[in-house]
Amino acid sequence: MKEKKSIFSFLLDNRHRSRTISYAMVAVAYIVLEILLKSGNLSSLFTGLLVPATCYLVAAIGLNLNVGVSGELNLGQAGFMAVGAFSGVCVSGLLKASVPAIPRLILAIIVGMLLTAFVGFLIGIPVLKLQGDYLAIVTLAFGQIVMNLIMNLYVAFDSTGLKVAFVENNFELQPGGKYLINGPMGATGTERIANFTAGTILVVFALIVVYNLIYSRNGRAIMAARDNRIAAESIGINIAKTKMMAFVVSAALAGAAGALYGLNYSTMVASKFDYNTSILILVYVVLGGLGNINGTLISTVVLFLLPQLLRGLQDYRMLIYAVILIVIMLVTNNEFLKTKAAAFRRKKNA
Amino acid sequence: MSEKKTPVLEVKELGIDFGGLTAVNDLDMSIYNEEIVGLIGPNGAGKTTVFNLLTKVYTPTRGNIFFDGKDTAGKTVVEINKAGIARTFQNIRLFDNLTVLDNVKTGYHNNIKYSPVSAVFRTPGYYAKEREIEGKSRELLEIMELGQYADVTAGNLPYGAQRRLEIARAMATEPKLLLLDEPAAGMNPQETEDLMRMIRFVRDHFKIAILLIEHDMQLVMGICERIYVLNYGMLLAEGLPAEIQANPEVIKAYLGD
Repeated sequence: MKEKKSIFSFLLDNRHRSRTISYAMVAVAYIVLEILLKSGNLSSLFTGLLVPATCYLVAAIGLNLNVGVSGELNLGQAGFMAVGAFSGVCVSGLLKASVPAIPRLILAIIVGMLLTAFVGFLIGIPVLKLQGDYLAIVTLAFGQIVMNLIMNLYVAFDSTGLKVAFVENNFELQPGGKYLINGPMGATGTERIANFTAGTILVVFALIVVYNLIYSRNGRAIMAARDNRIAAESIGINIAKTKMMAFVVSAALAGAAGALYGLNYSTMVASKFDYNTSILILVYVVLGGLGNINGTLISTVVLFLLPQLLRGLQDYRMLIYAVILIVIMLVTNNEFLKTKAAAFRRKKNA
Repeated sequence: MSEKKTPVLEVKELGIDFGGLTAVNDLDMSIYNEEIVGLIGPNGAGKTTVFNLLTKVYTPTRGNIFFDGKDTAGKTVVEINKAGIARTFQNIRLFDNLTVLDNVKTGYHNNIKYSPVSAVFRTPGYYAKEREIEGKSRELLEIMELGQYADVTAGNLPYGAQRRLEIARAMATEPKLLLLDEPAAGMNPQETEDLMRMIRFVRDHFKIAILLIEHDMQLVMGICERIYVLNYGMLLAEGLPAEIQANPEVIKAYLGD
């Protein structure tokens, strides 16, 4: 006795449903915003927020893989963004004369992503030996270290080639030479080649990577290691390897997001990527729901835009922001509402 | 059971100390292919410690464990599973947030492989392997009579079904030796009856050896072909169920003088 299936029956499957909703949300948001943008109905303040919003989305989707799916608290996501941002800016600056904007942007993002993945791997070797609070503290420190290192980094190029110095800047640049990273002053004179379309594509890329990974052999292993380490080992899952995979992919996405972010501003300082930014991304992930990608999408957009929309409240802005955070937390973690929602779902499926 | 065959598992003079406490001492044990063997003993006799030694959770202080004719010294928990020993746990350890089906699929981690790259880009290889994993996992669920629960979150399963799921997950690693730690704990007589049938079927169908710890004598006497009795970490007796039941030493260990 088979039920008649509608073409939308695949939506009854949880996995397909959440994934379809994610792509649909991104597509609708993109189309609406693009129309508003093209017709000139978007304020300049709002327009300027589009690319950073997509950057935070990508970084948050990545972090959800690490914190939600793999279950390791990571407070250094901004550090990985910084690595991606400054490497991306350097790539773009170096290739400015020889490569047109779009391939240069793609190249910068790819280099930023790969370099950050490599840094993530190196950091992961010692860090993933730790668990819980200890891991969180070390990742926090890592983020701060990266930020401080970049603040003391000088990268320049001229006709004689690329120059790199640390702490002390004693370059004698030839005429036409240019700083790519100028110590505490950060990256200056960057050509702004990032745009909203590229950002949206990157968000879709992040969604594809994370969803496809979660619903695979590796994703199951990552979640198994999170749910029960001992049982996971007993069925032959290498915990270190699986945790590392989640950590590196998360870092790589943060790197890609950083590269896009860096190429959206003509000047950028490393202190932008301090622990406040890491915490901010973590808040997006936690409030959206650990392991819940759709939740991450919604909470990132809402919480990113909220402080801007609350500008009218002036001094009370951050107060209201905090109150809203608390209310969201109480509502989303409310046992009563959860039971009701579960009952509703059961009824619908019956 | 032909005694001429080489045993799949051979334990020689195995012992472990925790500080000054000797938990297991001078244990000799042989398990042959396609055999169901019981490991019984009063509480605290060291039964679960033996399992932890066999699966390399603990490193033995003395003695050797040979699996498939090879010394297992120096192997890790992961490696021993790859070599072909799978286990269940006395205090159930499932992946509570995964579905029942995904719990079993996870067990195929090392036996049906594809790279993360092919997962991310959804290559044809990914789909082929996933179909294979899905088919085999569902087959195991049917054997353990969990088919109806396939899409239920493992943490929400009834207790008896959780125990059966642990067995299905362990079987997904395609072991040669399955260690069951109190598989019938908390089950009613009917459930125990069903479980015995399933354990026998698993042995016959997959042609593996099974070593089980159990307090339920209905199960032990009904299913085990040989029994080892452990007391204070030492081997008290070994033999056929009928012999063990009649052994005065065993009765004394269980009931006291």
